[in-house]
Amino acid sequence: MALDRELVGRSYPPSAVYEVGRAKIAEFATAIGADDPVHRDVEAARAAGHPDVIAPPTFAIVVSLEAAMVVLDDPDVAIDYARVVHGEQRFAHHRPIRAGDRLVATTTIDAARTVAGNDMLTARVDLATEDGEPVCTATSMLVARGEA
Amino acid sequence: MSVEVGTELPEQVFRVTRADLVRYAGASGDFNPIHWNDRTATAVGLPGVIAHGMFTMALAGRAVTAWTGDPAALVEQHVRFGRPVVVPDDDEGAEVTVRGKVGALLDDGRARVDLTVTSGGDKVLSLSRAIVRLA
Repeated sequence: MALDRELVGRSYPPSAVYEVGRAKIAEFATAIGADDPVHRDVEAARAAGHPDVIAPPTFAIVVSLEAAMVVLDDPDVAIDYARVVHGEQRFAHHRPIRAGDRLVATTTIDAARTVAGNDMLTARVDLATEDGEPVCTATSMLVARGEA
Repeated sequence: MSVEVGTELPEQVFRVTRADLVRYAGASGDFNPIHWNDRTATAVGLPGVIAHGMFTMALAGRAVTAWTGDPAALVEQHVRFGRPVVVPDDDEGAEVTVRGKVGALLDDGRARVDLTVTSGGDKVLSLSRAIVRLA
Protein backbone atom coordinates (compact mmCIF):
# COMPACT_ATOMS: atom_id res chain seq x y z
CA MET A 1 0.00 0.00 0.00
CA ALA A 2 1.37 3.42 -0.94
CA LEU A 3 2.05 5.96 1.77
CA ASP A 4 0.01 9.13 1.65
CA ARG A 5 2.20 12.20 1.03
CA GLU A 6 -0.19 14.25 3.14
CA LEU A 7 1.30 12.52 6.18
CA VAL A 8 4.42 14.68 5.75
CA GLY A 9 4.55 17.31 8.48
CA ARG A 10 2.21 15.42 10.81
CA SER A 11 3.33 15.79 14.42
CA TYR A 12 2.33 13.76 17.46
CA PRO A 13 1.76 14.82 21.07
CA PRO A 14 4.90 14.89 23.26
CA SER A 15 5.92 11.65 24.99
CA ALA A 16 5.90 11.01 28.70
CA VAL A 17 9.08 12.19 30.47
CA TYR A 18 12.10 9.85 30.23
CA GLU A 19 14.37 10.36 33.20
CA VAL A 20 18.01 9.57 32.38
CA GLY A 21 19.76 7.62 35.14
CA ARG A 22 23.48 7.17 35.82
CA ALA A 23 23.16 3.38 35.99
CA LYS A 24 21.39 3.25 32.60
CA ILE A 25 24.13 5.36 30.99
CA ALA A 26 26.83 3.10 32.50
CA GLU A 27 24.98 -0.02 31.32
CA PHE A 28 24.68 1.33 27.78
CA ALA A 29 28.35 2.43 27.71
CA THR A 30 29.42 -1.05 28.83
CA ALA A 31 27.22 -2.68 26.16
CA ILE A 32 28.93 -0.74 23.36
CA GLY A 33 32.39 -0.98 24.96
CA ALA A 34 32.74 2.77 25.51
CA ASP A 35 35.22 2.96 28.39
CA ASP A 36 35.65 6.74 28.71
CA PRO A 37 35.26 7.70 32.40
CA VAL A 38 32.87 10.57 31.55
CA HIS A 39 30.17 7.87 31.13
CA ARG A 40 30.62 6.47 34.65
CA ASP A 41 32.55 8.76 36.94
CA VAL A 42 30.81 11.98 38.00
CA GLU A 43 34.10 13.62 39.00
CA ALA A 44 35.64 12.86 35.60
CA ALA A 45 32.52 14.21 33.88
CA ARG A 46 32.63 17.40 35.97
CA ALA A 47 36.35 17.83 35.27
CA ALA A 48 35.44 17.69 31.56
CA GLY A 49 32.90 20.48 32.08
CA HIS A 50 29.67 18.47 32.35
CA PRO A 51 27.22 18.75 35.27
CA ASP A 52 26.93 14.94 35.51
CA VAL A 53 27.95 11.77 33.63
CA ILE A 54 27.18 12.00 29.90
CA ALA A 55 25.75 9.31 27.64
CA PRO A 56 27.55 7.94 24.57
CA PRO A 57 26.17 9.67 21.45
CA THR A 58 23.99 6.78 20.20
CA PHE A 59 22.27 6.46 23.61
CA ALA A 60 19.71 8.89 22.15
CA ILE A 61 18.17 5.93 20.28
CA VAL A 62 16.95 4.43 23.58
CA VAL A 63 14.56 7.34 23.95
CA SER A 64 13.97 8.29 20.32
CA LEU A 65 13.15 4.97 18.64
CA GLU A 66 10.42 4.16 21.11
CA ALA A 67 8.98 7.63 20.57
CA ALA A 68 9.09 7.15 16.77
CA MET A 69 6.89 4.05 17.11
CA VAL A 70 3.93 6.41 17.65
CA VAL A 71 4.00 6.81 13.86
CA LEU A 72 3.52 3.09 13.22
CA ASP A 73 0.57 3.11 15.65
CA ASP A 74 -1.14 5.83 13.59
CA PRO A 75 -4.08 4.17 11.74
CA ASP A 76 -3.44 6.49 8.75
CA VAL A 77 0.07 5.04 8.35
CA ALA A 78 -0.62 1.81 6.54
CA ILE A 79 2.68 0.05 7.22
CA ASP A 80 3.06 -3.56 8.18
CA TYR A 81 5.22 -3.46 11.31
CA ALA A 82 6.48 -7.00 10.73
CA ARG A 83 8.18 -5.86 7.49
CA VAL A 84 9.87 -2.78 8.94
CA VAL A 85 13.65 -2.48 8.93
CA HIS A 86 15.84 0.42 10.00
CA GLY A 87 17.15 2.03 6.82
CA GLU A 88 18.96 5.09 8.03
CA GLN A 89 19.72 6.94 11.26
CA ARG A 90 20.91 10.45 11.96
CA PHE A 91 21.61 12.33 15.19
CA ALA A 92 22.25 16.03 15.63
CA HIS A 93 23.36 16.57 19.22
CA HIS A 94 22.70 20.04 20.62
CA ARG A 95 24.48 18.93 23.79
CA PRO A 96 25.28 15.51 25.30
CA ILE A 97 22.47 13.67 27.09
CA ARG A 98 23.37 13.49 30.78
CA ALA A 99 22.21 11.83 33.97
CA GLY A 100 19.34 13.73 35.55
CA ASP A 101 17.91 14.89 32.22
CA ARG A 102 14.13 14.69 32.08
CA LEU A 103 13.57 14.27 28.34
CA VAL A 104 10.43 14.72 26.32
CA ALA A 105 10.26 13.40 22.74
CA THR A 106 8.18 15.01 20.02
CA THR A 107 7.81 13.04 16.80
CA THR A 108 7.12 14.48 13.34
CA ILE A 109 6.87 12.76 9.94
CA ASP A 110 9.57 14.36 7.78
CA ALA A 111 9.11 12.25 4.64
CA ALA A 112 6.85 9.49 3.34
CA ARG A 113 7.20 7.85 -0.03
CA THR A 114 6.80 4.54 -1.77
CA VAL A 115 9.60 3.47 -4.09
CA ALA A 116 9.40 0.23 -6.07
CA GLY A 117 6.83 -1.16 -3.64
CA ASN A 118 8.90 -0.30 -0.57
CA ASP A 119 7.37 2.17 1.88
CA MET A 120 9.94 4.61 3.25
CA LEU A 121 9.01 6.73 6.20
CA THR A 122 11.25 9.28 7.91
CA ALA A 123 10.40 10.14 11.51
CA ARG A 124 12.13 13.04 13.23
CA VAL A 125 12.21 12.93 17.01
CA ASP A 126 13.10 16.15 18.80
CA LEU A 127 14.42 15.43 22.28
CA ALA A 128 14.26 18.32 24.69
CA THR A 129 14.27 18.71 28.43
CA GLU A 130 10.97 19.19 30.22
CA ASP A 131 11.87 22.90 30.35
CA GLY A 132 12.24 23.05 26.57
CA GLU A 133 16.04 23.01 26.19
CA PRO A 134 16.83 21.22 22.88
CA VAL A 135 19.10 18.20 23.44
CA CYS A 136 19.10 16.03 20.32
CA THR A 137 17.34 15.67 16.99
CA ALA A 138 17.14 11.98 16.04
CA THR A 139 15.93 11.11 12.56
CA SER A 140 15.07 7.53 11.67
CA MET A 141 14.25 6.28 8.19
CA LEU A 142 12.15 3.12 8.39
CA VAL A 143 11.63 0.89 5.38
CA ALA A 144 8.81 -1.60 4.95
CA ARG A 145 9.81 -3.91 2.15
CA GLY A 146 7.17 -4.75 -0.44
CA GLU A 147 5.85 -8.31 -0.63
CA ALA A 148 6.98 -8.75 -4.24
CA MET B 1 46.00 18.02 16.89
CA SER B 2 46.69 19.10 13.35
CA VAL B 3 43.81 18.11 11.13
CA GLU B 4 43.43 18.61 7.41
CA VAL B 5 41.33 17.13 4.65
CA GLY B 6 42.58 13.60 4.13
CA THR B 7 43.86 13.12 7.71
CA GLU B 8 43.24 9.46 8.54
CA LEU B 9 41.79 8.16 11.79
CA PRO B 10 43.51 5.15 13.38
CA GLU B 11 41.82 1.99 12.13
CA GLN B 12 39.70 0.28 14.78
CA VAL B 13 38.79 -3.40 14.75
CA PHE B 14 35.94 -4.54 16.99
CA ARG B 15 35.02 -8.14 17.75
CA VAL B 16 31.29 -8.76 18.11
CA THR B 17 30.00 -11.97 19.71
CA ARG B 18 26.51 -13.23 20.52
CA ALA B 19 27.11 -12.21 24.13
CA ASP B 20 27.69 -8.62 22.97
CA LEU B 21 24.35 -8.66 21.12
CA VAL B 22 22.50 -9.96 24.17
CA ARG B 23 24.11 -7.26 26.31
CA TYR B 24 23.23 -4.59 23.74
CA ALA B 25 19.64 -5.86 23.51
CA GLY B 26 19.26 -5.44 27.26
CA ALA B 27 20.91 -2.02 27.42
CA SER B 28 19.03 -0.59 24.43
CA GLY B 29 15.68 -2.29 24.93
CA ASP B 30 15.73 -3.70 21.37
CA PHE B 31 14.81 -7.37 21.88
CA ASN B 32 14.01 -8.17 18.24
CA PRO B 33 14.79 -11.94 18.10
CA ILE B 34 16.69 -11.63 14.78
CA HIS B 35 19.53 -10.35 17.01
CA TRP B 36 19.69 -13.46 19.21
CA ASN B 37 17.62 -16.31 17.76
CA ASP B 38 18.80 -18.28 14.69
CA ARG B 39 15.36 -19.78 14.10
CA THR B 40 13.76 -16.35 13.76
CA ALA B 41 16.64 -14.91 11.74
CA THR B 42 16.63 -17.71 9.15
CA ALA B 43 12.81 -17.72 9.00
CA VAL B 44 12.90 -14.11 7.74
CA GLY B 45 15.57 -14.95 5.16
CA LEU B 46 18.72 -13.84 6.96
CA PRO B 47 21.83 -16.04 6.90
CA GLY B 48 21.72 -16.15 10.71
CA VAL B 49 21.62 -13.85 13.74
CA ILE B 50 22.68 -10.31 12.83
CA ALA B 51 23.97 -7.41 14.92
CA HIS B 52 21.65 -4.50 15.70
CA GLY B 53 22.27 -1.77 13.14
CA MET B 54 22.45 0.66 16.05
CA PHE B 55 25.23 -1.43 17.60
CA THR B 56 27.27 -1.05 14.40
CA MET B 57 26.53 2.69 14.46
CA ALA B 58 27.75 2.81 18.07
CA LEU B 59 31.04 1.14 17.03
CA ALA B 60 31.49 3.70 14.24
CA GLY B 61 30.92 6.39 16.87
CA ARG B 62 33.53 4.81 19.16
CA ALA B 63 36.13 4.96 16.39
CA VAL B 64 35.43 8.68 16.07
CA THR B 65 35.40 9.48 19.80
CA ALA B 66 38.59 7.44 20.30
CA TRP B 67 40.19 9.79 17.79
CA THR B 68 38.77 13.05 19.22
CA GLY B 69 39.39 11.85 22.79
CA ASP B 70 36.09 13.42 23.85
CA PRO B 71 32.66 11.78 23.38
CA ALA B 72 31.00 15.22 23.57
CA ALA B 73 32.95 16.36 20.48
CA LEU B 74 30.84 14.15 18.21
CA VAL B 75 28.03 16.57 17.33
CA GLU B 76 26.39 14.80 14.38
CA GLN B 77 26.33 11.27 13.05
CA HIS B 78 24.55 9.84 10.01
CA VAL B 79 24.51 6.24 8.80
CA ARG B 80 22.69 4.28 6.14
CA PHE B 81 22.38 0.57 6.87
CA GLY B 82 23.55 -1.54 3.93
CA ARG B 83 24.38 -5.17 4.62
CA PRO B 84 23.83 -6.89 7.95
CA VAL B 85 26.71 -7.93 10.24
CA VAL B 86 26.19 -11.69 10.60
CA VAL B 87 27.36 -12.91 14.02
CA PRO B 88 28.06 -16.66 14.20
CA ASP B 89 27.38 -18.65 17.38
CA ASP B 90 31.02 -19.21 18.34
CA ASP B 91 33.73 -17.62 20.47
CA GLU B 92 35.16 -15.60 17.59
CA GLY B 93 31.95 -13.87 16.53
CA ALA B 94 32.26 -11.27 13.75
CA GLU B 95 34.81 -8.56 13.16
CA VAL B 96 33.79 -4.99 12.39
CA THR B 97 36.50 -2.70 11.01
CA VAL B 98 36.13 1.07 11.03
CA ARG B 99 38.38 3.27 8.90
CA GLY B 100 37.93 6.99 8.54
CA LYS B 101 39.36 10.17 7.19
CA VAL B 102 38.59 13.84 7.34
CA GLY B 103 36.42 14.70 4.34
CA ALA B 104 35.98 18.42 4.92
CA LEU B 105 36.84 21.21 7.32
CA LEU B 106 33.73 23.16 8.29
CA ASP B 107 33.17 26.48 10.02
CA ASP B 108 33.28 26.94 13.81
CA GLY B 109 36.24 24.55 14.17
CA ARG B 110 34.30 21.51 13.05
CA ALA B 111 35.25 18.76 10.62
CA ARG B 112 33.36 16.11 8.68
CA VAL B 113 34.72 12.59 9.05
CA ASP B 114 33.86 9.99 6.39
CA LEU B 115 33.92 6.41 7.66
CA THR B 116 34.14 3.05 5.95
CA VAL B 117 32.68 0.26 8.07
CA THR B 118 33.21 -3.32 6.92
CA SER B 119 32.67 -6.85 8.18
CA GLY B 120 34.09 -9.89 6.45
CA GLY B 121 35.28 -7.63 3.63
CA ASP B 122 31.77 -6.28 2.92
CA LYS B 123 30.76 -2.67 3.48
CA VAL B 124 27.99 -2.87 6.10
CA LEU B 125 27.12 0.83 6.26
CA SER B 126 26.51 2.25 2.80
CA LEU B 127 26.97 5.72 4.27
CA SER B 128 28.66 6.66 7.54
CA ARG B 129 29.59 10.22 8.42
CA ALA B 130 30.22 12.21 11.54
CA ILE B 131 30.72 15.86 12.33
CA VAL B 132 33.14 16.57 15.15
CA ARG B 133 34.18 19.68 17.00
CA LEU B 134 37.95 19.89 16.92
CA ALA B 135 39.69 20.73 20.17
